Order: sequence, then C-alpha cells, then structure tokens
Amino acid sequence: MAKESSFKNMVITLSLICLICSALLGVVYSVTKAPIEAAELAKINNAIKAVVPECDNNPSEEMVEMEGSVVYPAKMNGEIVGYAIKVKASGFGGPIQMMVGFNSDGTIYNTSVISHAETPGLGAKISDEIATRTQIVGKHPASSNLTVTKDGGEIDAITASTITSRAFLKGVDAAYKVFVELQKEQQP
Amino acid sequence: MEYIIIIISAVFVNNILLSQFLGVCPFLGVSKKVNTAIGMSAAVTFVMALSTLATYLLQYYVLVPLGIEFLQTVSFILVIAGLVQMVEIILKKISPALYQALGIFLPLITTNCCVLGVALLVVNNEFTFGGDPHMLNLGQSVVYAVASALGFGLAITLFAGIREQLDLNDVPKAFRGVPIALIVAGIMAMAFMGFSGIV
Amino acid sequence: MRKLKLIIDGIIKNNPTFVLILGMCPTLGTTTSAINGMGMGLATLFVLVLSNITISAIAKLIPEQVRIPSYIVVIAAFVTIVQLLLQAFLPALYETLGLFIPLIVVNCIVLGRAEAFANKNSVIDSACDGLGVGLGFTIALTILGLVRELLGSGSLFGWKFIEGDGILAFVLAPGAFIVLAYLIVLFRKVTAKKA
Repeated sequence: MAKESSFKNMVITLSLICLICSALLGVVYSVTKAPIEAAELAKINNAIKAVVPECDNNPSEEMVEMEGSVVYPAKMNGEIVGYAIKVKASGFGGPIQMMVGFNSDGTIYNTSVISHAETPGLGAKISDEIATRTQIVGKHPASSNLTVTKDGGEIDAITASTITSRAFLKGVDAAYKVFVELQKEQQP
Repeated sequence: MEYIIIIISAVFVNNILLSQFLGVCPFLGVSKKVNTAIGMSAAVTFVMALSTLATYLLQYYVLVPLGIEFLQTVSFILVIAGLVQMVEIILKKISPALYQALGIFLPLITTNCCVLGVALLVVNNEFTFGGDPHMLNLGQSVVYAVASALGFGLAITLFAGIREQLDLNDVPKAFRGVPIALIVAGIMAMAFMGFSGIV
Repeated sequence: MRKLKLIIDGIIKNNPTFVLILGMCPTLGTTTSAINGMGMGLATLFVLVLSNITISAIAKLIPEQVRIPSYIVVIAAFVTIVQLLLQAFLPALYETLGLFIPLIVVNCIVLGRAEAFANKNSVIDSACDGLGVGLGFTIALTILGLVRELLGSGSLFGWKFIEGDGILAFVLAPGAFIVLAYLIVLFRKVTAKKA
C-alpha cells in the first residue's frame, strides 16, 4: 500500500506537500483577495446606508478617525445631513461592533449591528430589532436618559438580554460622545 | 484582576465545552471513567498552554510580518501536531511515570478541536473581560488557554462522575450510550448557563 | 451499482452524525438554524470529497510514517480554500459559521474517511464515499438545525410563521445536546425497524 519510510523520503514528501499546498493557497488567496475586500466594504456601506438619512456622497470615502472610532459623514448637496459612527461595545459574549447614525442635530437616526458574539439566536434579534425594540430611534441622547429601566433609564431592555441591551446603549452613548466632539471641532 | 476575570470567564461563563462546543468528541469518548477523564484533562491543559504559546508567537512574528495570514490554519495545525509528537517523545524520556499516565491521550489531542479552536480564537478575536474590547497579549492568551483547558477538565470530570452512576441505572434501550450522555450534557449546559452574566 | 451503494451507505449505514457519532463540535455548534446547519454540512462535504480524491490519488506516494501529517496538510489546504471562498462570496454565512470553518481540519470525519477509506480505494470510489458521508452529515445537520430553529425561534429556513420568541433554550447550548440525543434515538428506532 504505502511506501517504506526512510528519513530522506519522509522529509522530501512532507516538504513537497507543504510547498504545493502553500502555493495553491497563495493562488486562491490572490484570486479571492479583491472579492473579500469588496464584501467587507459592502458590509460597511450597507451599515452606513441603514443608519444615516439619504445622501449623495459616499460616506466610506470620507471617513475620519476620532477617539478610536471611525466617523462616516453623510452629505446631501455638500451639506452634512448626518453621521454614521462605528463603535465597539463590550457585550455579553464579546465585542459588539455597531454603527450608530445621527441626524445633523444629534437625534438618533438609526443603528445597525455589524458583528457580535452574543448568544446565537438572540443574535438575529440584536442585529435586526434592537433599535426598534429599545425605541431609541428619534431620541436625542442629551435630552433622554438612554439606559435600561433597571438602571433608572427610560429604555425597556430586550427580554432575557439585559446585558446585551445595556452594552448596546453604552455603544450608543460612546458614539454620541464622538458626535459631540465632532460638533466642537467644527465650531471652534 | 484581569487574569482572575479571564479565568472565571473561561472556566465557568464561557465554558469551552458546554457553551462553545469545542472538544465534544473526547468529551463523549473518554468520559466513561473519572480517572481517564482527569488524565485527558491534564494532557489537554499541558498541550493547550504550549500550543497557544507557540501559535501566538507564530502568528505575530511570522505570519503577520510576512503577510501570509492565509496559511494560518495549515501552519497552526502543523505546529500543534508537531508539538504533540514532541511532548510525547520528551515525556517518554524525562518522566516515564507521567508518560504512562498521559501517553495514550496524546495522539488523540491533535484532532481535539479545542486545541486548534483556542489557538485560533486568541489570535483572531477580541475579548472583553469586563473592560473595553481588545486583543489578548501573550500572557493573557496563555492564561486564557490554561483556563479554557481547566474548564474543559471540570466539565469532563463532572460528566464522567455522572456517567459512572448512569451505568448502574436502567436506561431505555434506544437511549443507551450516546443519547443519554448527550441529554446529561444538555442538562449540565443548562446548569452552566446559570453562570452567565457574573463577569 | 457499487458506487451508488457507497453513497447510500454514507448517508444511512455510516451516517457520521447519527451512527458513528463523529464531528460533534460543528454538529452542535453551528445548527442554530436550518440554513446554518446546511451551510456547515455543505462546506464539510466539499472538503471531504476533495480531500478523499486527493488522498486516494497520492496515498501510494506517501511514506507510511508521515501519512497522518501529510493528510492533515492536504485537508487544511482545502479547508483554507473553502474559508477564503466563503469569505469572498458568502460573507454572511462565513460570519455565522465563524470559527467552525477552520475547525473542519480537525473534524474527525474528514481525517477518519481519509484513513479508513480513501487511502485504500480508487479515486472514484473515494469520491463517492466522500459524497455519501458528506451528504449524510449535511442531512443530519440540516434536520438538527430545522428542529432547533422550529422550537427555538418559531421559523423554518428563516421563514417565520409562529409569532413570538420560541423556546430560547433550544437555540442555546442545552437544546443542541438534547435535540441531538432525541434525533439519534429516533434514527435508531427507524433503522432498527428496517433491518
């Protein structure tokens, strides 16, 4: 069946197999590199689109980094109509990457969860419904107390996911802080 | 402080076996006796700590600088397989007693997915552990690996204890063997869910 | 005929999930919904067929003692290819399956078939074996995902037809173990009657 093993042929076969496999992977990698980058960009763009008002620029081309978060300005005819701010929050099972969108006056336009490691199954709920379920859309973080009712706030946490809801609201808060900094910078 | 959180989190809250489903095959395979379960956990802990250390260094000092992260899976599994072989040889020479105890488990560990799983987790994922999301550094990675292995050990040892009792009971024929073991595992997973949210 | 039998054997007599109880980690970890289970099954199927073909083709050239490492490298290469392709063309699925894609490398089914079947049989037979076992795995994972999704979130393949949240425990870890246990029992009952 298989060949006799000698030190020489063992080394040769194994290195040959490794070499061929690495070369093959190199080829596949270079072929898939562009589509992978495109897919990642599309994901960011979709998230931005979902959280800012209609705009005619490409926010991902005008991104700026601020306080460790990434800000994507949305513009209509050159006027800023909103910002999408990408932040990370500490969830229950790991980091939650999310995009928070503000109108130019600071009210929350919408939010979108990009990735998370929360309980699977609850996960779908988090990405699709957390904004509507927590009823934060249209609220202004400065005038509303955006914490869960258990912490004395005005947001009803999602049933069985208080920790996730809390983390989500913390993320919104972090994004709002970036937004405030952004406003300060623009009106010196 | 952070190390304590990592340990509690990896042993109880995010138990690698009962909440992340890594290492289920040995969990079902070698959990019929408490003694073998303990032997297996000791071997896993040993290999997991070493392999996480090795793959961490490999990732940050070889793969990333050379821009060949796509070889991650291939190189990690090779390192783990090589390491297991090496541990086996060294153990045989240095401590025949320990080799007697752990030897038979070592070949099984290469295909124990929790070893590769943890190695991949620490270099690809961000962790929170009570603070802001961040990548683990070398020390934290090794602590996380050891803690995960301890969590694996805890679960498999408890499970073996239950299974020893189970053998004495009259289980319906169709449930004998794996199905009843899976149900026990399910109930244990439920119990471990009680830890969620403590860190 | 023999080829067909190989495929059917893989699905029923040697069903990796219900009979051989192999590859439990992805079985339990990825089946939170029918579509995820199916995706994982198909990814494994792909790796299994290709690795079986390759290994049966090169088995005679490999020295006995480096057999296992060589197989693992071949399998790991195919897994990485699947990983890159998914990342490029099905990013949503890639994200949900996450860690379990690279872990196909250590899925005992793949190495098991290489060692038990592919290295002693012809290329075509090995391909059929890979196809059969892969299909058996895919079917099992899809059923498991289906049951968990139905009970846990009240939907099938993402199509929601029961209002409300469902019994969350079935989507979580305990449900995975318990549903699989009952499915194995059911499979045993059905196949025992036939035999």
